[in-house]
Amino acid sequence: MTQSRRDFVKTAVAASVASSLGFPAAKDALASVDGDGVRWDKSVCRFCGVGCGVMIGTRDDKLVAVKGDPEAPVNRGLNCVKGYFNAKIMYGEDRLTKPLLRKKGGKFHKQGRFEPVSWDEAFDVMAAQFRKAYKKGGPAALGLFGSGQYTIDEGYAAAKLWKAGLRSNNIDPNARHCMASAVAAFIQTFGIDEPSGNYDDIEFTDTVVTWGANMAECHPILWSRVTDRKLTHDKMTVVNLSTYTNRCSDLADHELIFKPQTDLAILCAIAKYMLDHGGVDQEFVDEHCIFATGVTDIGYGLEADHPRERGQKSRGKAGAHWSITFDDYEKMLEPYTLEYASELSGVPVEKLEILAKLYADRDRKIVSFWTMGFNQHTRGTWVNELMYAVHLLGGRYSKPGDTAFSLTGQPSACGTAREVGVFAHRLPADMVVKAKPHRDKSEKLWNLPTNTLNPKVGTHAVKMMRELRDGKIKFYWAMVTNPFQDFANMHEWVKAAREGDNFIVVSDCYPTVSAKVADLVLPAAMIYEKWGAYGNAERRTQHWRQQVPAPGEATGDLWHLLEFAKRIKIKEVWKEQPLPGLEMDGFEDGKLPDVLDEAKALGYDPNQSLYDALFATETLTSYAWPDPIANGHRNDIAEHFGWFVQKGLWEEYRQFGIGNGHDLADFDTYHGVRGLRWPVVGGRETHWRFAEGYDPYVKPGEGFNFYGKALKAIPQGGPGGEKKKHPGKAKIFFRPYAEPAEIPDEEWDLWLCTGRVLEHWHSGSMTKRVAELNRAVPYALIYMHPSDADKRGLKRNDLAVVESRRGSVQARVETTGRNRPPRGLIFVPWFDENVLINKLTLDATCPISKETDYKKCAVKVRKA
Amino acid sequence: MGGATSRRAFLTGVISPRSVALAAVGGLAWTYALDLPGARGAAPCRPPGALAEGDFLATCLRCGRCVQACPFGTLDLATPADDVVTGTPWFEPRDVPCFMCEDVPCAAACPSGALDGDVAIGDSRMGLAVLTDRENCLAYLGLRCEACYRACPVIGDAITLEYEVNEQTGRHARFLPEVHASACTGCGMCEHACVMEQPAIRVLPPGLARGSLGDHYRFEGFSRTITGRESLTPPLDGDIDRVLEAMDDLSGIEDP
Repeated sequence: MTQSRRDFVKTAVAASVASSLGFPAAKDALASVDGDGVRWDKSVCRFCGVGCGVMIGTRDDKLVAVKGDPEAPVNRGLNCVKGYFNAKIMYGEDRLTKPLLRKKGGKFHKQGRFEPVSWDEAFDVMAAQFRKAYKKGGPAALGLFGSGQYTIDEGYAAAKLWKAGLRSNNIDPNARHCMASAVAAFIQTFGIDEPSGNYDDIEFTDTVVTWGANMAECHPILWSRVTDRKLTHDKMTVVNLSTYTNRCSDLADHELIFKPQTDLAILCAIAKYMLDHGGVDQEFVDEHCIFATGVTDIGYGLEADHPRERGQKSRGKAGAHWSITFDDYEKMLEPYTLEYASELSGVPVEKLEILAKLYADRDRKIVSFWTMGFNQHTRGTWVNELMYAVHLLGGRYSKPGDTAFSLTGQPSACGTAREVGVFAHRLPADMVVKAKPHRDKSEKLWNLPTNTLNPKVGTHAVKMMRELRDGKIKFYWAMVTNPFQDFANMHEWVKAAREGDNFIVVSDCYPTVSAKVADLVLPAAMIYEKWGAYGNAERRTQHWRQQVPAPGEATGDLWHLLEFAKRIKIKEVWKEQPLPGLEMDGFEDGKLPDVLDEAKALGYDPNQSLYDALFATETLTSYAWPDPIANGHRNDIAEHFGWFVQKGLWEEYRQFGIGNGHDLADFDTYHGVRGLRWPVVGGRETHWRFAEGYDPYVKPGEGFNFYGKALKAIPQGGPGGEKKKHPGKAKIFFRPYAEPAEIPDEEWDLWLCTGRVLEHWHSGSMTKRVAELNRAVPYALIYMHPSDADKRGLKRNDLAVVESRRGSVQARVETTGRNRPPRGLIFVPWFDENVLINKLTLDATCPISKETDYKKCAVKVRKA
Repeated sequence: MGGATSRRAFLTGVISPRSVALAAVGGLAWTYALDLPGARGAAPCRPPGALAEGDFLATCLRCGRCVQACPFGTLDLATPADDVVTGTPWFEPRDVPCFMCEDVPCAAACPSGALDGDVAIGDSRMGLAVLTDRENCLAYLGLRCEACYRACPVIGDAITLEYEVNEQTGRHARFLPEVHASACTGCGMCEHACVMEQPAIRVLPPGLARGSLGDHYRFEGFSRTITGRESLTPPLDGDIDRVLEAMDDLSGIEDP
């Protein structure tokens, strides 16, 4: 550190004063050169959904240093220990620098060994394999597994290529495993995705309750804001609800350790307590809410022949719901006394009452945070909705200091996966493929012939793996993610990929488990080796410039997508395509129409490539490169394609959101600010959505307006009731307790919960390559209660076998340490490719959101 | 070097043919390219249950049974190159720390009494962890590191976090690791985990690490734990006007 600490303090204070006074950051602070020849430019941290700003220091085309960005409102110059190592993640010894193809005898062979090949050979083989799959099975034979770590332009290009080009909705992000339940609940409750509040709520609140969120480790900088509030605000109370003791409990005033899945019952009990003890904001509820409930026999998202799915009549229509009266609602809550919740959850009544009293206290502001404990849950959508119910009952939503906030795990789960709509059912800006007006709007903005877009919801992530195994999906491409380490029941999918009649492409920067499973590996540029943008959990969109070139022949994922698109002609994909199971007004059953005639009328040439048709259009290529906004920074992708690809895509993408609550600013604006929270209207960002005075979409006098348009017309009183519209209202859902999919028994006698540690990011592909982080946490441990260990003849440090009905791994036992499970539950983190814990996990999902429950399955442990 | 590699391999994960194959295929840098701190000279870390250094040297047979008994390859017999009395068992926590086995197999194997075979691992004092460089400790600089704290097998007792307002930013807290001699065994997990190029926390011999109070002043009745939780003036509490003001000040952004 060349700057002394005292200097650092001075600059940081000056910067924070400047930013709090609202002075725009001086341009030269955004990109400047130090005395030692290091060029500094603003960017964002590569890792979690907090979205900390970082300054990137480069010299001689090498990233030499990183510092926390003092002007970034989220972190004001701070980082966590992962962020501290941003400078080192790109320089692991085993960076992939050439395309690799499995070959035998000089040709592609599924059982061959990896050999370096040219980009031309890589794409030629890839295009040939694509054609083989597409000719046989059409759009349904494809699968693209994208990411909440895609840059926004990458996600947008992927969605456009897949949906508009190849006419396949089989595109889904790893965010499916991360916050799909949050999305489903946002849409069902508010009719629009993403949080209303923002991180500033922390500084306005009196209470933080963490529900299945190990924020202390997984959202480190936000947790330090919670801690600051605790230190500086007398009234501040922190409560940690979890299925094991984690580091949040160190700060918390109250810790509630509950039995897995019983969060549902606890939330119902809180709602009932609020009703019974004057905890309801009647005016808010009367004016802005309705009550609702839905079907309950919805299954567990397991495969149809699983015993757990028997008799579950509402499988496949799990989202069905209807309005109910307040009296109905009260009656449904009747069984959920604190005593009943205590019986189910194992939490003493007195502790539940402490929590219920906080929520029933009308003079208290509350922020409820949750992460994967809620979202990775076989009733993930329900538990999110119950949380909103508790907040809406108390009038605690969309107000400074009052919010229910789903913290995203990934840096752009919001910005890319959700906002762009990199999902099997979505289009940009909260539109969906099955709605004709949404397809019409997208076809217009994309200049596509009518009915080019496929109206049938595609195959979601978990189902893609099942269809890969069943031979339905034959061409599978994974980008910026590591599915073959990440999916529950992973060994089955690894086997399907390696032994099936299919072709697996993995775009990756390191030889991850997934890269090793692939047939073709495309070497990818990493974050600071390309231009990009991420959107964090508080709707803040942040752009950055390319800082350094990628090593060897590695190129950005955008390059992979566009070069592949050059190999496919529109006449191959815009002719009639089979689509088994399609039944939709305006479409012939089982078929997507030939749209080539209309394409010709629109000026397309059937021999044009998808690159020319979708990307190198007159409008997009009008965004010229070089551009002064680059300020001396390189753009390898723009150089290669001859136009400013990222800017063109951004300007096209943002057309989708203008005027409908998803407004984004123009490309250049973001390069002059530290991110903006959408909707950005009239040059202003939005702090609190749906609230008068903050949200430009709420008119004077309305107070609040939950203006999201989705699912506002629902049946009254029951599934067969007459449909009624409830514009501007949020829904207070009743959802009952439901058993987990797999419960420990005599043989499989322990719960397994998986999760993360602060030092490692996801599957460890980057952080395990930083020697210091690898040394700090070299391997995954089995955290277990000392008496559970003792019962099995195990001591700390002993090597043990953890086994489920699906597979087993070995790891060492830890009976002390950072996580302290109660009796009957073990915790194993999933970052370690030597302890592939997802061999054990169950691929049960929330039937509404299709998000996997990684937190609950039954295992046994024995000495190795 | 072969020995050193296998010792370190313990730290990289469960040793199995598969993991070795994975490492080989991936070509990962599984060994640590980090500098080790200098030898501790006359004050090396001894195995758990060791007698005071002078008595230990007088009693230890240099038989190496403790080294053989250690399942983690933590212990080594000093060679003439080590700057430790040749032939005696010691360990370098930055390289391989003590894993604090519950049954303390090294001490149990000692035939001479140089190591107390009955020692409970939590009572052993191989040294004392000391945050030797607060100025460079990432946690003191406001970063959310605390890798030492979370690596501590006696977390919450031997190392705790003290929370303090971060005056630099006005809205974050600093999480300051604090070592407590009452529970620290000197296992060195913290020193090993420290992500700095040179660790900011090190295990020192207790005699070197600890100060001692005179008996002319007594602390009875006064808590020595700094809670750091006293309330300060909240910088943003309820001040909506400032937020709105900041919203207005974004007027430099062009109308989309």
